Order: sequence, then structure tokens, then C-alpha cells
Amino acid sequence: MSSLVAAARSFLLLEIIKGLGLTLKYLFKPKATLNYPYEKGFISPRFRGEHALRRYPNGEERCITCKLCEAICPAQAITIESEPRPDGSRRTTRYDIDMTKCIYCGFCQEACPVDAIVEGPNFEFATETREELYYDKEKLLSNGDRWETEIARNLAADARYR
Amino acid sequence: METITRFLTSPMMIELIWTVAQIFAVIVPLLIAVAYLTLAERRVIGLMQLRKGPNVVGPFGLFQPFADALKLLSKETILPSGASKAVFVIAPMLTFILSLVAWAVIPFGEGMVIADVNVGILYLFAISSLGVYGVIMAGWASNSKYPFLGAMRSAAQMISYEVSLGLVIITVIMAAGSLNLSDIVMAQKDMWFFIPLFPMFVIFFISTLAETNRAPFDLPEGESELVAGYFVEYSSMSFALFFLGEYANMILMSGMTTTLFLGGWLPPFDWPILYLIPGPIWFALKVALVLFVFLWVRATTPRYRYDQLMRLGWKIFLPFTLIFVVLTGGVLLGFGLLPQ
Repeated sequence: MSSLVAAARSFLLLEIIKGLGLTLKYLFKPKATLNYPYEKGFISPRFRGEHALRRYPNGEERCITCKLCEAICPAQAITIESEPRPDGSRRTTRYDIDMTKCIYCGFCQEACPVDAIVEGPNFEFATETREELYYDKEKLLSNGDRWETEIARNLAADARYR
Repeated sequence: METITRFLTSPMMIELIWTVAQIFAVIVPLLIAVAYLTLAERRVIGLMQLRKGPNVVGPFGLFQPFADALKLLSKETILPSGASKAVFVIAPMLTFILSLVAWAVIPFGEGMVIADVNVGILYLFAISSLGVYGVIMAGWASNSKYPFLGAMRSAAQMISYEVSLGLVIITVIMAAGSLNLSDIVMAQKDMWFFIPLFPMFVIFFISTLAETNRAPFDLPEGESELVAGYFVEYSSMSFALFFLGEYANMILMSGMTTTLFLGGWLPPFDWPILYLIPGPIWFALKVALVLFVFLWVRATTPRYRYDQLMRLGWKIFLPFTLIFVVLTGGVLLGFGLLPQ
């Protein structure tokens, strides 16, 4: 009897009709696609994107050349050189990040005692040449100026978990 | 000068020009339909998979087919060194031409048919059977493993399903009492044949899926096993010809389904008001509906295994259609319903 039922089911294409009904239902469902360059997905405040060096509100750069980021960097992507400035404060003369080595682990921003080096929300920094991905201090500082509002907001949003 | 005018206005010449104009009136919309069928397929399947499909080129992605055509045209045509050159070149042309010539007998409306031949359905059947040669020639001439396997599968598949296709057509012929496609449509004036012959309608549709190598019977080009089947070695315009031919064949088969079962150019109800909409529009709407089912099935079903395909064709469809031919004949004869 059960084999008869099974035969009838396959003969009447019941399963296929069920499947067709399912696909028809999906035809009218809202779509998961984001129209990427025009629409973007949600990004967590903890998102680890392109690096930036931040400044204090008075324009003074935050980095004090403690080199903790350089030390902790597992990919050894960070290179720092420093000298005392004429006013006696210790500041970097060179702060390079090789973005082709960086693995975006976020250890540098964890290590930083003054929130100077951070990974911002920007992930659209593809370049046409490899050389453009060897970031120097100037580039990182300009990133910091450009993304400061977003970075500050993200840091504030995440502050209670740190 | 006078002789030229006389030649151009001679009855034979006028008839020739008229025929050519008719052919263009069919072929040009058909090719546009083919172009937009490729877009419709990508959009419909995309939507069913919760994607959006191509929507960037032009408004709603409407220029996508032309972008694709341009891309294909600008590519290099590669002739494999091991290929049998002449056959390799002829195969895509054959596929494409065959998918177009069949339209000669399809009636688009009352009297709107290029060639109103009395054996129209036989012609249609013969042309669609010839389609397998393009595939076999391509597979053989490519001199390569995957195309060869694809062509073998395709040949076996098309032949298997043609048998049941033929038997289904016989039941329709019995019910309509004519081999002329226009007469078959007119015989459906009271009731479209898909109602009394519903099982045959389903089998016919499934067989056309197999005949056009569409999912779930797309074994000849099964991407995951045969790369692309019989047109692996083709590139550029020769590939485009196969592609166009395949989609034109889909439209042709939908046209055939419409003519045989869905009342061709007739409106769904025999109400005078529905006759205000011209026949070709009804025909196009029905073809579009059948084509949508083609795409719908492709978005739903996984590919058949080869032995399952053969089992379905020979062990289920063939006996079932045979019994149904006898049954239809018996009912028509027994109840005195034979068309005069």
C-alpha cells in the first residue's frame, strides 16, 4: 500500500509542485542583495579597517612613540623611528605600515596606550599599485583627520567594553 | 530602366519581397525576444534565489543583452588545432538556422503564418529532430573529450524524448483531426486541449524541457561534470550562435506548446470583447507564460542523473503516452467525438 502511495505521489509530481510553490514564494520575498557601491551593509563599531593615526583636538598628534604596536604586530608590518622634538617631547619621525603585510588583527590598537593608532571603518582603499599600500606617517595622519568623527564615535560606542 | 521596373513589379518579385518582409517580421521580434529571454532568465532565477540579477546596464538592466552581445562579438574566435574545421564552423550555424526555420509554420494569428502548409506539425517535428545534428557535429568536430561526451548524452536524450513527444503530438492530431497548425488552433475554439489532454500536456512540457536540454535535463551541458558540454571549445560568435539557437529553441518549443495545447492565438474565453486584443498578443502572452515556467523549473529542480533520465523517458513516458494514444483514440471513436 505504501509503495502504491509513493508511486501515486511521484506520478502526480507532488514533490515537484511543492518545490515549484516554494520557489514561487521566494520570487516575491525581499531580496538579500545590497546594491553595493550605492548601498552598504552595517559595520560594527569594532570593525577593523584601514589604519589611521589620530590627533588630540588641539592638533597635537597622539602617538608618543612607545613602540608597543610595533612590538606586538604579529606580521611585523609596523616600522617606527623616533627622536625628541625641539620642545622636548618624544615624537615619531617615521611611522610606516606595510598594508600588504598587515593582517588586520587589531593588536596595534589594543596595545596603544593613547588611542593613537586605530583601525577605522574604511575598507575601500584598494589601489592600483603595490607601492601605494606602503603607508607612511603622513598618509596615516591624513586618514586620521579624514575619519576622525567616525573613529571617535566608534571608540565611544565601544568604550564600555574595553 | 524599364526592364528593371518591370522585373521589380512582376508578380513573382512582389511575392518574393512580400515573403522576405514576412520573414523579417517574424525573425526580428524573435531575435529581440531571444535577447530578452536571456535577461529574463537571469532576473527570474536571481529573484528566486533572493538575488536581484543584472540591473545595472541601462534602466532595470534592460541593455544587458546588448552588452553581452558586444562582449561576445569583440572576442576572438578560436579554432582548435585538432578540430575538423568545416564541421566545427557549420555546427553552430546549423543549430541557429534550424531554430529559426521552424517558425515558418507557427501561426501567430488568424491567417498570420508564413507558410500555411498542411503538414505543418510534421515539419515542426522534423526540424526539431534535426536540432540534434548541430549538437552532434559540434561535439564530434571539437575533437575533445567533454564536448564529445556532451554530444553523446544530448543525442541519446533528444532521441529518447522525441519518441514520447511524437506520441503526444499524435493524440493532439487525433483530437484536432488535422496536421495543419492553424486548424489545430481553431479546433481548440471551444476548449483548449490542455484540459481534456492534461496528462499529455504535462508530458509534452517535460519532454520539451528534455528536448531543449534545459534543467532538470541539462546533462549535455552539465557544468559541474562536463564544463559546458558540447560547446566547450566554442568562443565568441560561434558560441553566441549556439546560445541564441538554444534560447530560440526554447521559444519555439513554447510556441509549439501554445499552439498544440494552449489555443495558439485564441483568447482564453470565447467572449467577443477578448477578440479586441489581436491574436499575436495572446500568442506572445501564452508563449511568455510557458517560458516563465521553463525558467521557474530551472530555478527549482536539480539535474537528473543519466540513468534516471533514460528511465523516465523509456520506462514511464513511452508506455504512458502509448496507452494514452490508444485511450484517446478509443474515447473519440466510442463516443463519436471524432473531428470531421
